[in-house]
Amino acid sequence: MQIPYYPGCTLSTKAAGYDRSGRAVAEALGIELVELEDWQCCGATFPLATDNSLSLIAPTRILYQAEQAGEEVAALCAICYHVLRRTQTTLQRDEEMRERIAWFTEQEYQGRVRVLHFLELVRDRVGWDGLRERVTRPLKGLRAAPYYGCLLLRPFDEIGLDDPESPTIIHDLIRALGAEPVDFPYNIECCGSYLTVKEPQVSEVLSADIVASAQENGAQVIVTACPLCQFNLDYPQRGVEGTPVVYFTQLMAVALGLPEEDWGMDEGHYTDPRPLFLREEGE
Amino acid sequence: MRVTISLDKIRSEFVREVEEISGEDLLSCNQCGKCSSGCPVARAMDLLPSQVIRMAQLGMEEVLESETIWICASCLTCVTRCPKGVDLPRLMEALREISLRAGVSELDLDKLPKELVDELPQLAIVGGFRKYMK
Repeated sequence: MQIPYYPGCTLSTKAAGYDRSGRAVAEALGIELVELEDWQCCGATFPLATDNSLSLIAPTRILYQAEQAGEEVAALCAICYHVLRRTQTTLQRDEEMRERIAWFTEQEYQGRVRVLHFLELVRDRVGWDGLRERVTRPLKGLRAAPYYGCLLLRPFDEIGLDDPESPTIIHDLIRALGAEPVDFPYNIECCGSYLTVKEPQVSEVLSADIVASAQENGAQVIVTACPLCQFNLDYPQRGVEGTPVVYFTQLMAVALGLPEEDWGMDEGHYTDPRPLFLREEGE
Repeated sequence: MRVTISLDKIRSEFVREVEEISGEDLLSCNQCGKCSSGCPVARAMDLLPSQVIRMAQLGMEEVLESETIWICASCLTCVTRCPKGVDLPRLMEALREISLRAGVSELDLDKLPKELVDELPQLAIVGGFRKYMK
């Protein structure tokens, strides 16, 4: 199965491990992620002002490219997913906005693209049983805490990936990989997001609460789908024996028996997650 | 503190602008407080989210001076829980936009520790620039 893929700017640099493991895992599952030929940053935030069409141009361009490539586009970065999905909803509801942007960019986006997150590709097109069957290194005994963050799930009426208050999609994925999902009360609480560039001390408090809650509930590793969540949870733990924060695709890469270079763990982590998985191999 | 409540303020240009930019009918909010209780950053705010919308309803322009509108992380918890479906994140953004369009800039990378700036994933910088600077 082939699907157009939008990596986004952060997956091409700071979170390259997410992209690397995502592509490798997709291939192992029989999904070919075909990177869009011509793309740029989605803008990293969905503009909430209703009167600013200029701010929607970047994501609309991406949707236009996706429309040329096949009318579906998959993303790994939760923020890119959120921006593209909400842009798509806005353009579908607001024809005037779509026309204004088309006039400005001279690209007529028809509004047909379905924006998908990689998690739903796994859930709906491979299936949890399908995933389980392909696991060659079940992560037995690994207590992995799924941390959903905000933008992957909310607003429910536009995103609709999973229940915004009691999500289970990453729990189910962890189970299919043979590991034990750790439920903890802070799994949908905000990590602080962009506050890190403005009031880092506020972000640090939010992040500390989330990590503490995961630890109190027995987590050995925290699993996320967003590069900003990953940074906000991982970076403040540098310099202490922290709980590693990995992307769900990295867990998948280990469980699917992929070589270590496909785990994408050699950089981008302040607490190295590798000992957790290399030790398991030795046991 | 003297507060003037009048129809003139409730029907002011300020309220009209806020409602236009946010796309929200402010009077839909009945002040139940669920937004404030779910807000993860409420502890760092000077005004609670529910107080912000109340002041906006009453046309109190001093709400633009609050720290709250800049501490809001757009996590969308409030709108998820609002029983009336009031899009408070859009209201917060409208209040920020009114300030930004008037020339206010709330982000100064020079004030951050250099080590942090070097390590930040770029979506934080791009997003931060768009949210906190014109």
